[in-house]
Amino acid sequence: MSALGVLGAATQAVLVVAGSPLLVGVMRQIRARLEGRAGAGVLQPWRDLRKLTRKERLAPRGTSELFRSAPVVLVATTLVVAVVAPLVTATPASGALSDLFAVVALLALGTVALALAGLDTGTAFGGMGASRAIMILALAEPTLLVAIFALSVRAGSTNLGTIVSSAVDDPAGVFSPVTVLAAAALAIVVVAEAGRLPVDNPSTHLELTMVHEAMVLEYTGPDLALVELASAMRLTVLLALLANLFLPWGVATDGTPLALLVGVAALAAKVGLLGALLAAAEVFLAKLRLFRVPELLAGSFLFALLAVGASFLLG
Amino acid sequence: MNLAATGLGAAISLGSATALAALLVPGTARPAVGGTGTALTGLAGMLAGAAALAGQSFSLNLPMLLPLSGVSLTLDALGGLFTVVTGGVAVAAGVYGISYGGHGLRRRGVQVALPLFVVSLLLVPSAASVATFLLCWELMALASLVLVVAEHTSRPEVASAGRWYAGMTQLGFLTILIGLLLFTAHAGDDSFQRLRAAAAELPAGVAGAVFALTLAGFASKAGIVPLHAWLPRAHPEAPSHVSALMSAAMVNLGVYGIVRVGFDLLSGGPALWWLVVLGIGAASAVYGILHAALSNDLKRLLGYSTTENLGLVLVGIGAAGLFNSSGHRALAGVALAAALLHVVGHAAFKTVLFLSAGSVLHATGTRDLDALGGLRGRMPVTTALFGLGALAASALPPGTAFVSEWLLLQALVHGLPAAGTVTTVAMPVAVAAVALTAGLAVVTFVKAFGVGFLARPRGEGAERAHESPVTMLVGTAIAAVPTVALALAPTVLLPALGAVSADLVGGQDPVSGAVTLRLSGVAGSLSPLLLAAALLAATLTVTLLVRTFAGRPGRRAARLWDCGAGPLSARMEYTATSFTEPEQRVFDSIARPQTEVDTHHHDRDRYLVRAVRYRRVLPDRIERYLYRPVLAFLAAWGRTGRWLATGSVHRYLGYGFYTLCGALLLLAVTR
Repeated sequence: MSALGVLGAATQAVLVVAGSPLLVGVMRQIRARLEGRAGAGVLQPWRDLRKLTRKERLAPRGTSELFRSAPVVLVATTLVVAVVAPLVTATPASGALSDLFAVVALLALGTVALALAGLDTGTAFGGMGASRAIMILALAEPTLLVAIFALSVRAGSTNLGTIVSSAVDDPAGVFSPVTVLAAAALAIVVVAEAGRLPVDNPSTHLELTMVHEAMVLEYTGPDLALVELASAMRLTVLLALLANLFLPWGVATDGTPLALLVGVAALAAKVGLLGALLAAAEVFLAKLRLFRVPELLAGSFLFALLAVGASFLLG
Repeated sequence: MNLAATGLGAAISLGSATALAALLVPGTARPAVGGTGTALTGLAGMLAGAAALAGQSFSLNLPMLLPLSGVSLTLDALGGLFTVVTGGVAVAAGVYGISYGGHGLRRRGVQVALPLFVVSLLLVPSAASVATFLLCWELMALASLVLVVAEHTSRPEVASAGRWYAGMTQLGFLTILIGLLLFTAHAGDDSFQRLRAAAAELPAGVAGAVFALTLAGFASKAGIVPLHAWLPRAHPEAPSHVSALMSAAMVNLGVYGIVRVGFDLLSGGPALWWLVVLGIGAASAVYGILHAALSNDLKRLLGYSTTENLGLVLVGIGAAGLFNSSGHRALAGVALAAALLHVVGHAAFKTVLFLSAGSVLHATGTRDLDALGGLRGRMPVTTALFGLGALAASALPPGTAFVSEWLLLQALVHGLPAAGTVTTVAMPVAVAAVALTAGLAVVTFVKAFGVGFLARPRGEGAERAHESPVTMLVGTAIAAVPTVALALAPTVLLPALGAVSADLVGGQDPVSGAVTLRLSGVAGSLSPLLLAAALLAATLTVTLLVRTFAGRPGRRAARLWDCGAGPLSARMEYTATSFTEPEQRVFDSIARPQTEVDTHHHDRDRYLVRAVRYRRVLPDRIERYLYRPVLAFLAAWGRTGRWLATGSVHRYLGYGFYTLCGALLLLAVTR
């Protein structure tokens, strides 16, 4: 682990933590404008977080340590992913951790912690949200693994850093049927995992269709702030991974400060663009019925399998 | 006499002495004697296995002990690995068994069979001739059968489970017997050494038949689809420490058999064999975990999860065989090492899970997840241990199965460009199966832990729950130690496993590294310890930041949000059935659950509903379409026989008379 590697990792962590509420703010603002509203401003998510952290902490009766530690675990897993995944630099701090399976499993661990917290409250809403979140996780994880597997065939490694740098080295290879199919599959999974429309609606509360919000209903104050921050961070990390796997331009392949600066700018631009696209698409989308979601995810699983098949046949 | 020989000798004598002691002591002291003796037997076995794994080997030939062929024992590194695992499970189960159990477990037969079962489990991997192997295998089957039916007086289902288990295990024994005898007939002698030498000249057809027959027997012991039918019946009905021994130690011997016959005795073989192994492995992984996810009986869920895990092991073994047949030895080594690591990891966490499930059963009297819940306050240690086991089983970091599944996926991913159309098609399908399994395993264990232990009690049993006696907790904790060790530092064990697999498929040690696991031959590295450290560091950082910035310290207790409708009751909680209802809908066409809705109307007015009863059962479809027709045919056959033999002596005399006449007539015509 070099000094520049540490610098890159720290940059990524700070960028994701500081930038993710901004991303959510931008997305909300775009939605508001497209829907003909003025919107609350880009900084509103940050203001919300600040307000929440100052509030009193509550412990709902009948909940255990698990309920209290789940938000911390959720943020911690996402933070580790933000540090080890190739977001700004293609050679993150520790190569032994930026493995594809490790990253996917870390994100799953966060979801599991939150689902257990939802079950721990013993309310109908908590259980319902947990059940639905786990269903989506169980169906999205195979797609995620198989899609990135298709990409790792080309690079000969499942290390995300290696996959991204091989894409940087061979930009022409990005435009192949394999990547197009894998990108389609991954885009659907990212939407599902991040809890956005049409799978889950992050801006509703107390609807029978909600997933994420049902699980976190009992959280207040600083705990809720952590949950909100984590969900923004997960969205950012997932979009950033999607961007870097398919549009790797601008990722720093060496650790010089200038390259890092370019990497930061490129990442902000790419994630901002993807977020804007997602927000614009959400205006025109209705939430799917819960039991249509598996069909969507099965479709993306098929795309991922086709991508693997194509990676062989097209060699 | 080296440590391996001493350990195995000590294990056999300790086991026999315990069995004898259990015969003599009075009923109340019997579990203590049997449990302690079993634990000591396991400890001796562990030492023997560890010594063998470290490179010591011994062989022993006792020609006088058995007529015709004698008994011969050899403990090599592969056998040593399985002996270590069995020994470890036996230590945990033995300590647990000291104070576990009700009236049924105090009976003489049960406490005598327990140490004998452990001895037979330790002997199977050290058998060095066909006769010895079959003898130990049969002793294992009989001892386990006695243990499965231990509680037959308390529940009627135990007898049915016992019948299924007896039938399946004996049929499996039969196919192994035929397969190995066929092999022996071509080799001339029944020692494994002789078989190994004869494998080269074996005709391809005979080798295939030997492999297929033994595979059927070993796969049924390992609980692989479609021969798994006994497993989800026998594991829930057996006493929990016996379930642990069966699920964590006995099923491994099926894997041992496949590896021993396939790689060692038959030295590899064509790609087709291993494709079959890979296929049934992938099918059992998905089928097993799907049934585990939809199952509401805690121990049945764990039983199906065994089918899943052994399926994953067979995926690794099948991949190793495929790579081996195409000459990719380094990859074959990685795949086999992954399979063996999964065997060890599964043994560790499945012991923890079964023993804690036993504690739950002991405390609440029920295995039904829908009636559990709220155990974390009443049984904190058991809850923590079960949570650890659930994390280890669900392939999440930092967990035990995560490391072995990572290794398995590495082998599969890098096998893609290896060679051949077969590999090209098989590997993506295998990866998809492993990935689907990983997702459903999360559902299964979130359900088992979240619904079973968190929230509020849903039934009377759970309300009255109390923590288990110390020995039971210590027994479970003993198994938790290797679970944690394998999750954080698999690099301690992996070189030994790599050496075993390199020995079987050739090539160098496939895995190296002290903190970071590095694969040799292919690119790939992972550091479970660093990952855990990073998670811990991130958690501490976040906690510290929250402490610094969040306003007031401490927490005020508040009531749960109840929509203003008054306090929530336990009936409003999500149950296990409702938790997996989405999965049940998604996989409806595969699992085909049967639902019954009984509506009881009011006497006076049939438009008023008095009670609605909803019941969902999940029948095993393979059982229904594969076993039922066979059983129906056998029953019809029996009925035909009954028509012939009515019990009338006149009729039997008539048969004799007509047969005699017929024979005379035949002779008169032909002669």
